[in-house]
Amino acid sequence: MTDMSYLDGNMMDGPLRELFAVDLSGATGRCENCGMVGPMGTMRVYSHAPGLIGRCPSCAQVMLRFVRSPNWARLDLRGLTFLQVPMPLDQPHPGPM
Amino acid sequence: MAGAVAGPPSVKVKRKSSHRKGERSRADRHRWYDCLVGIVSPGFQGRPRSSEPALPPGQYLTEDFPVLSAGPTPKVPLDSWEFVITTETGAEYRWSWSELMALPQETPEVDIHCVTRWSKLGTTWQGVSLDTLLDGIDTNAAYVTAHSYGGYTTNLPLDDLRGGRAWVAHTFEGGDLPAEHGGPARLLVPHLYFWKSAKWVRGLRLMTADRPGFWEAAGYHDYGDPWREQRYQGD
Repeated sequence: MTDMSYLDGNMMDGPLRELFAVDLSGATGRCENCGMVGPMGTMRVYSHAPGLIGRCPSCAQVMLRFVRSPNWARLDLRGLTFLQVPMPLDQPHPGPM
Repeated sequence: MAGAVAGPPSVKVKRKSSHRKGERSRADRHRWYDCLVGIVSPGFQGRPRSSEPALPPGQYLTEDFPVLSAGPTPKVPLDSWEFVITTETGAEYRWSWSELMALPQETPEVDIHCVTRWSKLGTTWQGVSLDTLLDGIDTNAAYVTAHSYGGYTTNLPLDDLRGGRAWVAHTFEGGDLPAEHGGPARLLVPHLYFWKSAKWVRGLRLMTADRPGFWEAAGYHDYGDPWREQRYQGD
């Protein structure tokens, strides 16, 4: 039976906008468990829960946990090897001396 | 201070609903962040009826049974299901499904309280008391990690699983416990927030040191007493 109880990773944009200056749905991440690299927007986010749980679309292991209390927000990224965000330099290459 | 905030006993409370349907569906259409930041404010909470038992602080009443899940629902065939208690010395005590069913059964009627603020009163279950399962197990452990099919974990003091307060439950309201609610069997520890009642429970690890489980490591309270509103670390 297909489990459709999750949303895609784009739904994290709103909750994480409080934390990050960049839009994470345009970011790329690597799953620490299986090594898959892909857009964070393809994460499977379980939101009917006491927090947001983002799972790898390939191996279903937890990549991201986000808990919001009235006083703090905790982002646990132990399941994520890296996050890569598009960030072009204003001047791609410094000119010659 | 902590002991002064005592609620009514959560076991064997029976009540009839007097809520209109519209109120119920609105209250249940919540997401985790609605509850936590207070967007949802159920209208019926403000005027307590004298016939109603008090709810723990910050909770609202629901008649439905919301499904909360942090991952895919595991499907566990009964012929391969097992429950295992592992002690701090590595000794293992295992029960197959048929062995669990052959143990003395209890039918607790309890109130349950979810940390996302819904409470459900007078739920009826059938299962095996942890007193029965722990009977005869030699341990000096003070803490337990309950672990589940699918990888979920939660931690509790071992004492909270004793004294007729905790069960491995396989039947809900007279029928098989549905998979989305933790079937084939879930832990039932109704005196703590319901995330401690691990769905799809597979076993208990008895330990001499406390170790945070899935939600506890994410910032939720280590103990989770609803009557003291122990939702988050620091509460």
